[in-house]
Amino acid sequence: MGLQYRAAALAGIVTQFAWGFLEILMFRAFYRADASAFPMDFSALSSYIWLQQSFLALFAAWMMENDIMDSIVTGNISYELCRPISIYNMWYTRSIANRLARAFLRCFPILAVAVFIPNPYGIAAPASLLHFLLFLITLILGLAVTVSFCMLIYVLAFFTVSAQGLRIVFTSVVEFFTGGLIPLPFFPEKMQRVMELLPFASMQNVALRIYSGSMGGYEMKKAVIIQVFWLVAVTAAGKLLCHVAEKRIVVQGG
Amino acid sequence: MITMENVCKTYKIAKRNAGFAQACKSLFHREYETICALNNVSFTINDGEMVGYIGPNGAGKSSTIKILSGILTPDSGKVLVNGKIPQKNRIEHVKNIGVVFGQRSQLWWDVPVIDSFELLKDIYSIPESDYKNNLDELTELLDLAHLLRSPARQLSLGQRMRCEIAASLLHSPHILFLDEPTIGLDAVSKLAVRDFILKQNKIHGTTVILTTHDMQDIEALTSRIILIGKGRILMDGTLDDIKKGNDNNIDETIAELYRAYDI
Repeated sequence: MGLQYRAAALAGIVTQFAWGFLEILMFRAFYRADASAFPMDFSALSSYIWLQQSFLALFAAWMMENDIMDSIVTGNISYELCRPISIYNMWYTRSIANRLARAFLRCFPILAVAVFIPNPYGIAAPASLLHFLLFLITLILGLAVTVSFCMLIYVLAFFTVSAQGLRIVFTSVVEFFTGGLIPLPFFPEKMQRVMELLPFASMQNVALRIYSGSMGGYEMKKAVIIQVFWLVAVTAAGKLLCHVAEKRIVVQGG
Repeated sequence: MITMENVCKTYKIAKRNAGFAQACKSLFHREYETICALNNVSFTINDGEMVGYIGPNGAGKSSTIKILSGILTPDSGKVLVNGKIPQKNRIEHVKNIGVVFGQRSQLWWDVPVIDSFELLKDIYSIPESDYKNNLDELTELLDLAHLLRSPARQLSLGQRMRCEIAASLLHSPHILFLDEPTIGLDAVSKLAVRDFILKQNKIHGTTVILTTHDMQDIEALTSRIILIGKGRILMDGTLDDIKKGNDNNIDETIAELYRAYDI
């Protein structure tokens, strides 16, 4: 679908550029006031923001599959249930594929430009090769956790008729707790410690911070383990709920 | 072979009267009505049969189809399709059936029809040669050649319906459930679809269960008719049983029948 509409892709790229610039300008103003008061140095923050904008489609919780919601709300789900595959797996694959397609289309132009923006406003090279590899691994894990979480919302829609309410609550919570608005290190320390254990921190936070080198060796190990834990836990919960939902399904609209 | 034995299915429906006051009241206290969509439904359909399943709106036709295709779970009773319970092993079950819901779409909205077909090929793991044969056959019989490359959203209802029917048959199912397959079709397409269903039945021995409000469909296709009303099977016989000594046209005969049963 990401490939089917060209204007949408272009508009997305432009939006993300504008957003990235604004965010960096805003933070620059803060850093000017007192750079030592911040937990990340400015160039790491710039990298964080540009990567976040490039890979937005991988992690944005609000980019849910409208088709899936619609199929539950309108009852088109009946066709999906006529297919010889598990709906959980089908939706999961579909979400991942859609996000990858979108991210692929959008990340290169943004990355290409951000690389040429002078330091400290552009994207810096990764801290080391190891950091870069870890970045790739945690990027994939983070995507998987994000999709697992969205799956929970889709499946819950079976029980609530309309998923609109759940979706609004969920997306705003996620946006805040993943470090989508401000990176997690900017939160007060006690709060941050709790937040890092939540599944939301396993989405974009880990990969983006590993890239810019703002995580120590022990922290990285811990973060990856938490990611794997949440991936397994959330997926299992989603599958279980889906199984229950399939048994008590009501097809809406005749 | 398809058997249904004493199958019941109820739905819970939230009801309220019109108006703002009533809407507020329903925030606190909600009245539910239990509707018995299927009430002790039993029948047996043999392999290769073509059965017309008729009844007025809300009689339980679609519910039956959904139960038979494994989507809905009945409250009680026994359902067996080819000796297996559809709900128990949905994935195995649906490999052998094709379903068309006339009011819904299974084609992916944004992509060309042929992409949807390719995707279905992968979903059902249809062997390449079978897929090609089926696709060629369907394309010719349903006259799809010029539709395949357009996105589903830009097809008219009738054009889309022909593609939907083709989509349901790509994996050569043994049983075909058609829930109002001819709505929105023009005269030519309707005839083509009927012709096509007959051929499927004759050549491949496909069992067909068809619900429709178009009595000409029934006349053209089915030898056996099951009449359902208010969730009960009222009649199970042939078209001649219904027509018996009645010279009116088929629509009037059916309307009379509905009135006689008070459904």
